[in-house]
Amino acid sequence: MTTALLENTSRDAVWDGAVIDVDVHANVPSLQALYPYMDQLWIDWCEERGWKGPSGAAAHYPPKSNRACRPEWRPAEEAAASRVELLREHVLDPWKPDYAVLNCYYGIDSLRHPDWASALARAVNDWVRSEWLDRDPRLVASLVVPARDPVAMVEEIRRVGSHPQFVQVLLPARNDQLWGQRVFHPVFAAMVEHDLVAGLHYGGTTEGAPSTTGYGSWFVEEYAAEWQAFAPQVTSIISEGVLQLHPELRVSVLEGGFLWVPSWGWRMNKEWKGLRREVPWLDRAPLDLIREHFRFSVAPTDAGPPELLAKAVEWLRSDDILMFATDYPHMHDDDITALLAAVPESMRPKLMAETARDWYRL
Amino acid sequence: MSVPSTNPSEPGGASRRVDKHVVARVADVPDGGRVIVEVGGRSIGIFNVGGEFFGLLNRCPHKGAQMCKGNIVGRLSSSAPGEYDYDPSSKLIMCPWHGWEFDIRSGQSYFDPRGTRLRAYNVQVEGGDVVAGEIESGSTALTPAQYAAANPSALLHENGLAPGPYQAETIPITVEDEYLVVNLRPARPARRPRAEAVS
Repeated sequence: MTTALLENTSRDAVWDGAVIDVDVHANVPSLQALYPYMDQLWIDWCEERGWKGPSGAAAHYPPKSNRACRPEWRPAEEAAASRVELLREHVLDPWKPDYAVLNCYYGIDSLRHPDWASALARAVNDWVRSEWLDRDPRLVASLVVPARDPVAMVEEIRRVGSHPQFVQVLLPARNDQLWGQRVFHPVFAAMVEHDLVAGLHYGGTTEGAPSTTGYGSWFVEEYAAEWQAFAPQVTSIISEGVLQLHPELRVSVLEGGFLWVPSWGWRMNKEWKGLRREVPWLDRAPLDLIREHFRFSVAPTDAGPPELLAKAVEWLRSDDILMFATDYPHMHDDDITALLAAVPESMRPKLMAETARDWYRL
Repeated sequence: MSVPSTNPSEPGGASRRVDKHVVARVADVPDGGRVIVEVGGRSIGIFNVGGEFFGLLNRCPHKGAQMCKGNIVGRLSSSAPGEYDYDPSSKLIMCPWHGWEFDIRSGQSYFDPRGTRLRAYNVQVEGGDVVAGEIESGSTALTPAQYAAANPSALLHENGLAPGPYQAETIPITVEDEYLVVNLRPARPARRPRAEAVS
């Protein structure tokens, strides 16, 4: 069964309490859709060159793949998840969430032109604000940033970060540098200043390969093994002392899975005890920092057999760490009822809504 | 002066238990140095930190490594990335196996000062005349190695073992020297006086 679709079941049969969906997507349907949000300079820049948009998004989500859009959610004549009406029809109406967190991964990071990347980030954020946030009060969103330029990232956070419906900054899991490094510390400072969550999200187009050993041959290798891009980012944010610098910082791991976290954390805790002199600011066990400063969306859930799933969730040793997501319009075949059955009863309302409500101050 | 021919802590000596043991000459453990001695059936490291002496059980509470053979390092902490709060006068010993750091003064582990600690022993500096008197009265003992070295024939007679390997640890007690005396009684944390605690 795949419950994200609510096929052959009702929302209340799955969960009759409050719901907050922390990962739904807005797809830019075409570059022209952003023209109303661009200066004439950049419109002409695109037209003169016949430029169709950044390549990053299609590389991560091949447009006709079911992984990019579940067939039932694919509109006949237009791009998937490209209008708020589609999101209402597919998620907001059937799931009746109190809120949904909108993430637009448009692959701005695949641009190397620094001024064009900043202009495009501004255009995407203004498009999200006008065409989504202004049109449905249940929506809050991540703002996007030109990830190759920390100074420009800060500028964009300052430009739109005070809007009450921007609650997060989308940081692609793959990046040219690890997010915890010093060069990005002012970016985290700007997030904290604007009370925004750092949203580590699937995607990112880097000069480097998706694995540490080059490019895989097939989409499945990149797609299924994307956690190997998330893990070093989490390790970097922990090791570089970002959380000591900003004790208020919240980091969401979105579309990155979560069952790798316990084994990663056990190793980190163990090594921290003996290697902590190298990173003396790391004054607490890494898994303790995870439980305080990180939350994970549950789509995809790398579930495995149900009886083992309960055990694996227990290894997280926290009722507060998981947040429900449909990951609309992506198709994961996750069974949220199986996950709910595997977690303690006290954790279910937290997983479905309350953790996200606290986390995003909704 | 000569070393007494009986050792109260050893078989053949007096039966009452002795907590204090002479383990080294002060001059043998320079500042920053250490010696590891066998005393009372356990291995103990004696450390000189800035002229003060501290004793630690030579056994890591984690996996049992010979803790006192590890590197001696200064205390390093930090309040933020790039900030280094380094106190080279405060020393920690790092376990040679997994690098866990323990405060040489207290035996407390750095990462878990409450839950993980190394047993600490009190080490006193005593003059040779005092030590000689204490050994004479039986309140202080030589380590087994010292005893064996000082009384080769006695030990040979007792159990047929030759004391050869222990010769290096022989300490002839002389009144002019100062000695390190370790107390095997567990060092207790300092408590506030009862009256003060009640008020």
